[in-house]
Amino acid sequence: MMLRIVRYVAGDILRGRIILAYAGCLLVASLGLFNLGGDTTKALIGLLSLVLMIVPLVSVVFTTAHFYNTQEFVELLAAQPLPRATILLAQMIGVMLALTAALLAGIAVPVLLYACSATGLTLIAVALLLTAAFTALAFVAAVLARDKARGIGAALLIWFYFGLLHDGLTLYALFLLEDFPLEGISLTLLALNPIDLGRVLVLLQMDVSALMGYTGAMLKDLLGSGTGIGFAVLVLGSWIAAPVLAALWIFRRKDL
Amino acid sequence: MLQAQGLSKSFGRLRALDDLTATLRRGQSVALIGPNGAGKTTLLKCVLGLVRPDAGTLTLDGESLLDSPAPRRHIGYMPQIGRFPDHLRVGQLFEMMQEIRRGTHEQTDGELISALQVDRIAHKPARTLSGGMRQKVSACLAFLFDPQVLVLDEPTAGLDPVSVEVLKEKIRAERERGKLILVTSHILSDLDEIATDVLYLIEGRLRLYRPILALKAESGESRLDRVIARIARDTAGETPAGERAAS
Repeated sequence: MMLRIVRYVAGDILRGRIILAYAGCLLVASLGLFNLGGDTTKALIGLLSLVLMIVPLVSVVFTTAHFYNTQEFVELLAAQPLPRATILLAQMIGVMLALTAALLAGIAVPVLLYACSATGLTLIAVALLLTAAFTALAFVAAVLARDKARGIGAALLIWFYFGLLHDGLTLYALFLLEDFPLEGISLTLLALNPIDLGRVLVLLQMDVSALMGYTGAMLKDLLGSGTGIGFAVLVLGSWIAAPVLAALWIFRRKDL
Repeated sequence: MLQAQGLSKSFGRLRALDDLTATLRRGQSVALIGPNGAGKTTLLKCVLGLVRPDAGTLTLDGESLLDSPAPRRHIGYMPQIGRFPDHLRVGQLFEMMQEIRRGTHEQTDGELISALQVDRIAHKPARTLSGGMRQKVSACLAFLFDPQVLVLDEPTAGLDPVSVEVLKEKIRAERERGKLILVTSHILSDLDEIATDVLYLIEGRLRLYRPILALKAESGESRLDRVIARIARDTAGETPAGERAAS
């Protein structure tokens, strides 16, 4: 039942211009980076910053805008003999699928063409995981806030925090705590930010962790192994699962 | 068949529904009337499962409407503002609703689709529809699965005069077939034609629940708007009288 609704939700979004524009912009940026720089590694690093900043931003803005645009329709669905969880899950999966399609067209295809390496594949995986995580986080903001402006504002704050603020706070914390063993603390702080996790996962593949200084070397030590990567992917996975569950929990009790 | 018992709901400090008890039966067409903020929409939304009451029970043929979505298979809903996914065509919208409702109903009722000429706009994307056209689509969807209960929120608002007549005729016909109709409208002359009973809410409380014919006979007025104006005047100073059962 849910998948039937997903089909219509995703079909509706994919027919819209916004998702096409998103895919087009990503494609232009990726092709530009690969063709102008000459060096594949440089291009991948450029693409990495795009994936780490723009992809989460578009995910949260698109998700909240979609949620508030379809509010009346969700009400109509909720008045049918359907469990609330089915309706919200269908919405979430539909949005994630549509954004994923844009990523595949705009980033995955050029990366596979120009840099089909472990790094390239990791970059694609990180982009997909971040899209799912930030879509889920934005859904939490959207189901919590009745008011559209507040919901979009809260989603933007989430992006701002993970994209910019968290790094600053991490640095400050590590500076304050420099007398203590740093492994545990920095690993915890890292796990608390999906964007940082994604960055580390890709950079570790690139062998440029020396650029990240002492912590980078340490992270290479901690996360460079297979178990380390497994751990990072698992934590990123819970950055998707936890907000999905939270949004479902809130939506089931919500007055529409 | 539709029974509310002690239904209460607050939004913050506002008491939208205050200990509401009423029984609505098949063959009735109940007009929800009351000033803005009286709790009409909240009551409808409780019936539809969109709002969860703080206290009380709400049952349809003995089955609780609050515990599971399944009894909503008997309910058709026409919202005040129908908005559909922008890029779905009207035809796809109907397909989707039919897939959602697969197995929940015995027969479909497409009478309105042809009567309101919605079949002619099946190829149009939902975003290109005017307000009145969306209202027509909403009406068709509400009646499509031949539900036992019809919840109509301002059904005639925004419709052209011909369509209003078609819809009113359909509502009367369905009521005569033994459906229960729950309708709100600010157009009392429309209610006069389609409703059999008045359920009057003020500040979330049930002030009055009577057949329209009885009200007209008692007040000596022949038009519903006059009757309602009189009730509004009479009850303005009165303390809450509690519920009065429908006869």
